[in-house]
Amino acid sequence: MSPDLLLLIAKATLDTLRMVAIAGLVGSLIGLPIGIFLATSGRGELFPAPNLNRAVGLVVNATRSTPFIILVVAIIPLTRLITGTSIGTKAAIVPLTIATIPFFARLVEAAIRDIDKGLIEAARAMGATPMQIVFKVLLAEARPALTLALTMTIVSLIGYSAMVGAVGGGGLGDLGIRYGYQRFMPDVMLVVVVVLIVLVQLVQSAGDRLARRFDKRNRKT
Amino acid sequence: MTLPRSEISAGDASVVFDAVSKRFAASGGNAAFTALNNVSLTVARGSITGIIGRSGAGKSTLIRLVNGLEKPSGGKVFVDGVDVGELDEAGLRDLRRSVGMIFQHFNLLSSRTVFGNVALPLEIAGMDRRAIERRVRPLLDLVGLADKHGRYPAELSGGQKQRIGIARALATEPKLLLSDEATSALDPETTQSILELLRRINAELGLTVLLITHEMEVVKAVTSDVAVIDKGEIVERGHTFDVFTHSKHETTRALLSGLAGSKLPEAVGRGLKPAAAIGDRAVVRLTFFGAAAERPLISQLIQSVGAEVNIIAGTIDEIGGKPYGSLVVAYGADAETSGKAERFFSENGLVTEVLGYVA
Repeated sequence: MSPDLLLLIAKATLDTLRMVAIAGLVGSLIGLPIGIFLATSGRGELFPAPNLNRAVGLVVNATRSTPFIILVVAIIPLTRLITGTSIGTKAAIVPLTIATIPFFARLVEAAIRDIDKGLIEAARAMGATPMQIVFKVLLAEARPALTLALTMTIVSLIGYSAMVGAVGGGGLGDLGIRYGYQRFMPDVMLVVVVVLIVLVQLVQSAGDRLARRFDKRNRKT
Repeated sequence: MTLPRSEISAGDASVVFDAVSKRFAASGGNAAFTALNNVSLTVARGSITGIIGRSGAGKSTLIRLVNGLEKPSGGKVFVDGVDVGELDEAGLRDLRRSVGMIFQHFNLLSSRTVFGNVALPLEIAGMDRRAIERRVRPLLDLVGLADKHGRYPAELSGGQKQRIGIARALATEPKLLLSDEATSALDPETTQSILELLRRINAELGLTVLLITHEMEVVKAVTSDVAVIDKGEIVERGHTFDVFTHSKHETTRALLSGLAGSKLPEAVGRGLKPAAAIGDRAVVRLTFFGAAAERPLISQLIQSVGAEVNIIAGTIDEIGGKPYGSLVVAYGADAETSGKAERFFSENGLVTEVLGYVA
């Protein structure tokens, strides 16, 4: 393989990492409070607001059920507003972030709903404020599950990032399509796929390891 | 006899339930139901008061009214003279910081060490780290788990977890401890050691303990006062000893019959009939305590009845440090024998309960 091609692959890898890192960071930072809200705002819960809960749930579902490739083109005006352009890696970060928010929010919601209600009651009985319950009980207890949720989100993002080639997003997926498929260069395709597999493996095993370290529930006596 | 305890003056009361009711509205597939109906009860300061009832009797709801985890639909709850219903959210949080609570399933944070769990209520109260350190160490000593301070709950046994729960509940130096079936998930031996700890805390710290349970053994072992709750109503209450020895309500008797030594031999229990036929024998439970426990009752009974008396079951036990005996005997159910026996019982101040008749 020519040095030029290797350079292309290296650049595409960096583009993918950049898109995934920024969209993952921004998306999960926004998704986390939304997920917490979804898990705690039902009737009789910490921040009861059942109507807003339903409304947010609806928006989250709508975003999640829109195929990603359609989301990418549908929000081009928004993308242009934020980044000043609708093509390129920078532009691709916007739809990736938008897709990450509801995905991560639902995972956060599930992680928090999984926490024993008895712990919330115990904290209330200690005189904790709802915010103290969120930070000292819910987020602390959900940390292993949240770590796995973030891992799953990043892995999905790596997959989604391959689709933003459709708007000139760059990255590994884009490279694989343009060189590997359209220019009949199966070796490029192979390298792209291998790099993606390695990336996903690295992320997954790092996440698993971290989650295990946070999880104090299955210790032996 | 059971004395109504409502005449205790407010100054001696830790908790007062004043005609409290709690109704849950219908929701989803559940019909509306009344969990508590016009409950009045006083918990004396410094006492260990038990509320016993079957599951679904309303005792969990009752104990949650004390720290405002549930709100009454009617009536009032006072804690140290403060009307819980009048408190706003901030007032409720202050109240909760002065009332400790322990739970059946311990409710410890799995992500925190033993030390961290006991420190949690102090962090919530905004105490600084060094003060927390000073407060937590002696508490871990008190519950006998100082060497486990860096362990996680998953590494502890059930009894140890409940000790941590108790240390956590005591961290804010409350005057009142609420115990929600705290020993129900523990084996009998561990139950006894946890109850012993509660008794020590009550004696050494002067802490009032209000506990709910469905186990008479728990009530018998630690409480000075007890209320029996059934279908949302208090059916019997008083000093534990009096309630045990003079139980009047059928629910109390049913709960008492589960105690070791109170059970009839199965063969006798099966043959028991509600009414006597000619030639039958009456089966009677005698409860005796105080002076009666020291007299040769059985030989006197046989002399005065003038007929044979069978002993079917018997036990000597202790409630709140007072010895009492329970004896099940059988004698002829004919009018003459029964009359003599009843006269003997009333002359000697024995509490009797006719359980039935056997052929």
